[in-house]
Amino acid sequence: MASSTRVTFPNKFLPYLLLAPQLAITAIFFYWPASQAIYQSVLREDPFGLSTQFVGLDNFRRVLGDPNYLNSLQVTVIFSVATALIAMALALLLAVMADKVIRGKGIYRTLLIWPYAVAPAIAGMLWLFLFNPSMGTLAHLVRSAGYNWDPLLNGDQAMVLIVSAAAWKQISYNFLFFVAGLQSIPKSLIEAAAIDGAGETKRFWTIVFPLLAPTTFFLLVVNTVYAFFDTFGIIHAVTGGGPGKATETLVYKVYNDGFVNLILGDSAAQSVILMIIVIGLTAIQFRYVERKVHYG
Amino acid sequence: MTIRGTSLSLALGIVLASSTSSFAVTEISWWHAMTGANNEVVNTLSKEFNESQSDYKVVPVFKGTYPETLNAGIAAFRAKQAPDIIQVFDAGTGVMMAAEGAIKPVADILSMGGAKFDKSLYLPGIVAYYSKPDGTMLSFPYNSSSPILFYNKDIFKKAGLDENKPPKTWPEVWDAAKKIKTSGAAKCGYTSAWLTWIHTENFAAWNNLPWGSNENGIGGVDVELKINAPIYVKHFQELADLAKDGTFRYGGRTSEAKPLFLSGECGIYNDSSGGLGDVIKSGMNYGTGPLPYDPDAKDAPQNTIPGGASLWVFAGKSDEQYKGVAAFFNFLSKTEIQARLHQVSGYLPVTLAAYEETKKSGFYDKNPGRETPIQQMMGKAPTENSKGVRLVNLPQVRDIQNEEFENMLSGKQTAQQALDNAVKRGNAAIKQAIGQ
Repeated sequence: MASSTRVTFPNKFLPYLLLAPQLAITAIFFYWPASQAIYQSVLREDPFGLSTQFVGLDNFRRVLGDPNYLNSLQVTVIFSVATALIAMALALLLAVMADKVIRGKGIYRTLLIWPYAVAPAIAGMLWLFLFNPSMGTLAHLVRSAGYNWDPLLNGDQAMVLIVSAAAWKQISYNFLFFVAGLQSIPKSLIEAAAIDGAGETKRFWTIVFPLLAPTTFFLLVVNTVYAFFDTFGIIHAVTGGGPGKATETLVYKVYNDGFVNLILGDSAAQSVILMIIVIGLTAIQFRYVERKVHYG
Repeated sequence: MTIRGTSLSLALGIVLASSTSSFAVTEISWWHAMTGANNEVVNTLSKEFNESQSDYKVVPVFKGTYPETLNAGIAAFRAKQAPDIIQVFDAGTGVMMAAEGAIKPVADILSMGGAKFDKSLYLPGIVAYYSKPDGTMLSFPYNSSSPILFYNKDIFKKAGLDENKPPKTWPEVWDAAKKIKTSGAAKCGYTSAWLTWIHTENFAAWNNLPWGSNENGIGGVDVELKINAPIYVKHFQELADLAKDGTFRYGGRTSEAKPLFLSGECGIYNDSSGGLGDVIKSGMNYGTGPLPYDPDAKDAPQNTIPGGASLWVFAGKSDEQYKGVAAFFNFLSKTEIQARLHQVSGYLPVTLAAYEETKKSGFYDKNPGRETPIQQMMGKAPTENSKGVRLVNLPQVRDIQNEEFENMLSGKQTAQQALDNAVKRGNAAIKQAIGQ
């Protein structure tokens, strides 16, 4: 069956030619910078690149022995789990609700999808304008209500702020996929369960949620990657990694050490470690989590 | 018709092209970090220079905040695309000085332009800060500032304080701040920009205390920080205590505290004299005073150290470009330009002539307090504690301090712990940066 439907090319080179643009892009935008990072990670260099010295694995040793690195690992885990969970849970809730709406369905969906079009840095600025303790509109309300809102000094509040901004921006994307997932669930299944006397909550957990598993798994991967890498703009705009090091994620630390503190070797070593972490995470997700996913 | 039109425009194009090439204009790129009113000054100066002669054209490009501009310049140098001139903030001075092969000393450039370079025309304290230990001036002091005290006269009146008497010492500041808070004249008494630059670096110089070994880094790159001495601990513990009930409010690591003062939320504010423009613009009823000192320090007040930024020139450019840079720097040194720069911006004049000119014009009589930043810096001959602060990685060491201060102000640690950590982590970072 498989062999009979397989497309074969008359020319041996054509398939390679068709693959070439994609390969070139991967090589230029992934393999080349990745190899540069590995090369830099074993060097000690001054900011201007005037003197370079091979130091072997010294940079890795220093990075892994730095308590601040372990701190930023912890910050990253808390931030990513919180962002992914909140963004997915709220999106699922909104999608289920929007699915029930009969009139004006299109308008609801369009409005809910909008925030996705906002760039991370701008999303960060929006939240900053609302919650900055010295000029934020909502921060002013919270403070005048007697609550000591000060994310500039309170690390937990700063974390809440960036998680909210990051999750808010991602809800739209998740919403889109959950809506599509919900539409593909046959109505007859739900109706049959309803006739058998299953309540709304029961129907959701025993029919809708398991059938959404492929979508949920896909979104879990996407949201983790998003929280890890695409939230730099939000953190940069809102907290800059502070107060103290309360919101310095691994990616932010790579930037801070490399581009602010100009310690290029340490920064490169960190990005190599980050690369290994991501490869590991992806492998785990596909090997173990995907097995539990029911594709129907 | 169309064909004739095309050939006509083509011919015109050739004529134009040949005419511009015969009057070749050398472009000088200038990367800077000036925003708002100060950005307008940069553009006006470039325009005036470009119109004053026809050989060179200065093209200013805004590159973001001070640290961002420095990093953009370094990245461009590594990619062999460096600009001709780059504005580098005070904390980046050590970074640039350590990169000997990457920069060309301004003293060399200014003597290339034909005119003989005379260092004695410039304010000595500022020139010394931007010079090598052997006295060669490395960068051009474009905008120099020193930290001063701002206060809101309306809030002072409401709190029953004398609106014409700014607090002179730190205990007086704390008392005034408490009075503002308890009387309900404002929600917060005191806030400050730049805790690092004002409360450690200038605190040290103004009270004549060592900030670090080796003359705070002016004498050599190997520096051990001294900012956990008892007098610093006392100062920061007082700040931390005031932060507990909101008498002191923290705004951020650089000048993010400014809105707290401009909006009338806080009554007293420390910032660079370069922040004056925004205070004037806000239209508030403000007063200024010198930077407060610690009465327990026996030599206080000594002198403050230069802040702000200077212009550096990258190495590896053509002689023609360096001549253009020299012409531009000579233009910037002109008395009328310097005097105007000083009077509109709150930055210090960098030449003595411009200072004298401003004095003679009666500007300081009409605008009391505007001479304060200069008198603070020039009042006394600097000691080894007050020539300036220089590290090859000062931006990083400042960030370490900021992190520790934030953890202190949120109540996670005492001032003693914060300063001990700042010294320990700072010393380790300095050792690593100088390769030990």
